[in-house]
Amino acid sequence: MVSLSDYLILSSVIFCIGLVGIFVNRTNIITLLMCVELILAAVNTNFIAFSHFLGNEAGQIFVFFILTVAAAEVAIGLAILTLLFRVRGSIEVDVTNSLKG
Amino acid sequence: MMEQIYLTIALAPLVGAIYAGFFGSLLGRMATTIITIAGVLISTVLSFYVFNHHVLEGGEVFNQNLYTWMQIGELNVSVGFLIDNLTAIMLVVVSFVSLMVHIYTIGYMHDDAGYTKFFSYISLFTFSMFMLVMSNNFMQLFFGWEAVGLISYLLIGFWHHKESAVEANLKAFLVNRVGDFGFLLGIALVLMYFGSLDYVEVFASLGNVTGITMLDGASVITVICILLFIGAMGKSAQVPLHVWLPGSMEGPTPISALIHAATMVTAGIFMVSRMSPMFELSETALIVVMVVGAITALFMGLLGIVQNDIKKVVAYSTLSQLGYMTVALGVSAYSVAIFHLMTHAFFKALLFLAAGSVIVALHHKQDIREMGGLRKKMPITYWTSLVGTLALIGFPGFAGFYSKDMIIEAVHFSQLPFSDWVYVAVVIGVFITAFYSLRMFFLVFHGESRMDEHTASHVKESSISITLPLVALAIPSAVIGYLTIDPMLFNGWLDNAITVAANHASMASLEANFHGANAMVPHALQTLPFWMMVGGIASAWVLTLYKSQWADWIQKKFHRSNYVLESLYGFDRFNDIVFVGGVKKLGNFLWKVSDSGLIDKILVNGSARFVGFIASMVRPIQTGYVYHYAFFMIVSLLIILTWVLFAGDNPLLEL
Repeated sequence: MVSLSDYLILSSVIFCIGLVGIFVNRTNIITLLMCVELILAAVNTNFIAFSHFLGNEAGQIFVFFILTVAAAEVAIGLAILTLLFRVRGSIEVDVTNSLKG
Repeated sequence: MMEQIYLTIALAPLVGAIYAGFFGSLLGRMATTIITIAGVLISTVLSFYVFNHHVLEGGEVFNQNLYTWMQIGELNVSVGFLIDNLTAIMLVVVSFVSLMVHIYTIGYMHDDAGYTKFFSYISLFTFSMFMLVMSNNFMQLFFGWEAVGLISYLLIGFWHHKESAVEANLKAFLVNRVGDFGFLLGIALVLMYFGSLDYVEVFASLGNVTGITMLDGASVITVICILLFIGAMGKSAQVPLHVWLPGSMEGPTPISALIHAATMVTAGIFMVSRMSPMFELSETALIVVMVVGAITALFMGLLGIVQNDIKKVVAYSTLSQLGYMTVALGVSAYSVAIFHLMTHAFFKALLFLAAGSVIVALHHKQDIREMGGLRKKMPITYWTSLVGTLALIGFPGFAGFYSKDMIIEAVHFSQLPFSDWVYVAVVIGVFITAFYSLRMFFLVFHGESRMDEHTASHVKESSISITLPLVALAIPSAVIGYLTIDPMLFNGWLDNAITVAANHASMASLEANFHGANAMVPHALQTLPFWMMVGGIASAWVLTLYKSQWADWIQKKFHRSNYVLESLYGFDRFNDIVFVGGVKKLGNFLWKVSDSGLIDKILVNGSARFVGFIASMVRPIQTGYVYHYAFFMIVSLLIILTWVLFAGDNPLLEL
């Protein structure tokens, strides 16, 4: 029998992978976006797990919203990336630091 | 009825001034001249009427507010007239001299582009002076006081293309500010302790203030009197505020006669006489007045000896004579001071106008070393100058003789401390007055001509508009003293305006020793001042005409004292170094340290730089890398969550 804590462990592992991916990634912004998706997936897993074990479907419905928003976010993110590549000729994370003070 | 007359006296010159000032160029010279002279003529005629009404017929004192100038709380400041015999005498002197100067100006300023402007100024001056002497309260007195000062400033700098004139009028203005500051403080104290600015009310409540002290024991009355006297020192050019008067000679000669000899500079004397009930209560103030006057009378006279500019000599003699008047005030002989003020107004205006006549004839050359022998060429100027000079040095019978002799006698009878020294000073002053006056007179009119050929060939007697005032002023210069000494000093002309305390015995002693104007002349031959005067005349004759090389020898022999005199005792240099230099240094200090250092550097730029400094400390956090931001966000979130969950006031989870 898979317990709630197993799901929570799984989701926190995914979350941490996503987090570390954001922190240590130096090459590509697409990787960044993918890591964000991972974090969202971790959250979704939590939602579903709690929903299932608490017997409340609201959590699972919420996941649909999150997935939709994530899809929209990725679409916008990729569009920005395309523009960024046109302007700067690169999508490396270390290059895009024009907010530097 | 009388009210209308007083108003007309004051306003007629103002109307003339407004017409000449605003419409002078429209109306042309002729019309301007007629309007302004008509205004002053009306004032003069009415002044004589007022004089007759008040002084000769003993009319009631007129004291009435005519117009509420301003109402500030309890304080009611009015424009009002106080016409008593003192005012009536001043009105006659001011209007008559002013009329003479107006007429004189026609000739003197004939070729000047600012002809109508000049008329406007002198008419405005006459109005201001009337307001000053007719005032019945301190505020209007101050108005007139400042107005005459302003016009003096404008007229000294009348030829404003001359740099020296602009410097002189600035100097006059600034030095007068010093005096006016004291004067204003005095008025403020009067208001503070008496609660009123009206003369009569203030004098009536003097008893309530006597005995009150301020500033650790100084009597309030003394402080007020000394502050008011500081105002008088500025206006009447007493040491050490005298430095502006010689400089004022940069202005056209008619105003030197009107403002800087006859009327404005005597405003201080008039004011102190007006305040006699107050000054009588303060022995200290009287001593200060007397000593300052004596210093001015003696030391300014000495400076007249070394001057070579014809107007400067007369200017220093004016300073010295103002000193005499101040001495008379100090020994409580106010009526003698007013008497000398009156005679001096006539003979000194005459001397200035005569000097102006010479200046015009010589095409604006003023150095007496380049004159000489003008007696034949300018007979009217010569004879009138002679009258003026004799009056000034106090030659028996002439106007100045009576007034100056009375001053010297009053000092002699005074019981104030230091009055012995002051007596010595004023007696030596007689010698000096005679010496410098006759030196100038001989150098200008007698001896060989030292003019260059070109100037000499053009010298001729001045036109009628110049000689007429000379003659008109020469007559009172000769006889006014003889005619008025008895009624003015001893028969009560000034009794309703001047108060003398019983313990100041000068006037009483004078009266006891007075045996009529006729008796004074033969008596003078036995007195010291007369022989001092004769000595002055004789030494002037020896050193200018008989053996003029002796003068050079004396100058070389006493080059040190000569240097002291020629540098005018260093007052100007002292002021330059201490006040001008000090203010400049202070200004520099404030500019560099306070303005540029404190405000600009520390407050303005400093606050900006402080913000910049903080920013430079914080800026490295903003790396621009997304993962840094993300890291900070997550870590901060973790910290906050940890805090909320496990620590804080109300932890959600127990560890």
